[in-house]
Amino acid sequence: MIEIKNISKTFGDRLVVDDVSFAFEQGKTNLIIGESGSGKTTIMKMMVGLHEINGGEILYDGKNFPILPVKDKQEVRKQIGMLFQGGALFDSQTLEENIRFPLDMFTSMSEEEKRDRVNFCLDKVQLTNRNNLYPGELSGGMKKRAALARAISNNPKYLFCDEPNSGLDPKTSIVIDNLIQSLTHEFNITTIVITHDMNSVVEIGENVLYIYKGKPWWKGNGKDILHTTNPELLDFVFASGFMKEVFQAVNKK
Amino acid sequence: MKLFFHLGRYFILIKRVFSKPEKLSVYLKQIVHEIDNIGIGSLPIISIISFFMGGVITIQAAFGFTSPIIPLYALGFTTRESMLLEFSPTIVCLILAGKIGSNIASEIGSMRITEQIDALEIMGINSAGYLILPKILAAIFILPFLIAISMFLGIFGGYVMGIATGACNSYEFIFGIQAFFEPWKLYYSFTKVITFAFLITSISSYFGYYTQGGALEVGKSSTSAVVYSSILILVFNFIITQLFFT
Repeated sequence: MIEIKNISKTFGDRLVVDDVSFAFEQGKTNLIIGESGSGKTTIMKMMVGLHEINGGEILYDGKNFPILPVKDKQEVRKQIGMLFQGGALFDSQTLEENIRFPLDMFTSMSEEEKRDRVNFCLDKVQLTNRNNLYPGELSGGMKKRAALARAISNNPKYLFCDEPNSGLDPKTSIVIDNLIQSLTHEFNITTIVITHDMNSVVEIGENVLYIYKGKPWWKGNGKDILHTTNPELLDFVFASGFMKEVFQAVNKK
Repeated sequence: MKLFFHLGRYFILIKRVFSKPEKLSVYLKQIVHEIDNIGIGSLPIISIISFFMGGVITIQAAFGFTSPIIPLYALGFTTRESMLLEFSPTIVCLILAGKIGSNIASEIGSMRITEQIDALEIMGINSAGYLILPKILAAIFILPFLIAISMFLGIFGGYVMGIATGACNSYEFIFGIQAFFEPWKLYYSFTKVITFAFLITSISSYFGYYTQGGALEVGKSSTSAVVYSSILILVFNFIITQLFFT
């Protein structure tokens, strides 16, 4: 479980994240949603230590991550898998090399065990037998799946996904969402997903935090969100008139 | 003030680079890869330049040595001294600063802007150490060999051109390259090479590592890497020369 308590962040004079607290539960897909520029990616970057925090606490199973010594921080990070928005796969390495990289670095597995683990991860993300492809040879959806395979290769305890659906068609988005959710449940991972894709929110949002102008504005789950009375959240959810019409039609039925 | 900011950040980065590696075997693999990339990849250009520069030095010297008091073996001596003291260790390293430096800065810079360095950090890997240390060690290891090859080919180029143009005969040239040889000059040359290898790789890595923005900024980092590496090579060339010759 990861808990953030009263975290805040400023860039120069600009307050980007303002006193945010939330508990990300183990074995659930926890979503941080909000408009572009609302501070959700900044929250995630603070959580993984890519941005320093200006105040508050980030607790990984009780350990306050920002004040841990470098070595202990690295130990926590070894338990983190992260799916970046652009994939962040190593261009000069094949998929197999990308996925086995954390295994080479942190485990004493034999070559055969590593190969089995790579194949297992590729199977999980439906990229069986694509071991020797380079990231440049993959489509957007395949890149995300390959990055997900790398993120889970070292059995992470915590999985972070930064806008996993951005740039993908609705069908591929659903595949990625389902993958994230099934991996979360299967391996009991604490998963944190940053998104503004409403379909993902409803489909996989088991624990949702809505951020508005850097502040925590609403907490609940993906199903509750459609019945919210919070005006800012309503604006966000039903930003498209089409979505509103669909929702009203479903309610009438 | 900006100079102190960059100096401070450079030394902090270097401290991170030389911290204990996570897994030695992975680093060793990287070092071998970098030796191939930096060393073997630069061999053809270094060989061609050195051979022809040696030849040109010999021809120019022959053209200048018109006095009958100057013995003909001075051609071999001049070529050797020029190649050993300055051309191979300094000019070739300046050429390598352009080739290797821009390559390193753009490689690390691209990794930065595509979040690959963030990915390494989040995995719990010291990204500075993993990306930069193998490059520094590989360059320090392989550049002296490259420069030795450059020295040999330069002198050989001088020999071939000297004979081909009739400026001197084989015996005189070979006598010249053996005459008044002082071994400490080789220590001087290789001290320079090792220093320059460190400067080229660390400065280029620094500019690549702190790239911010997009493709344009990667290009700018690459240019800065070459410019600052070249300037510092010249400054350290002066300092080391002053230390050895006084």
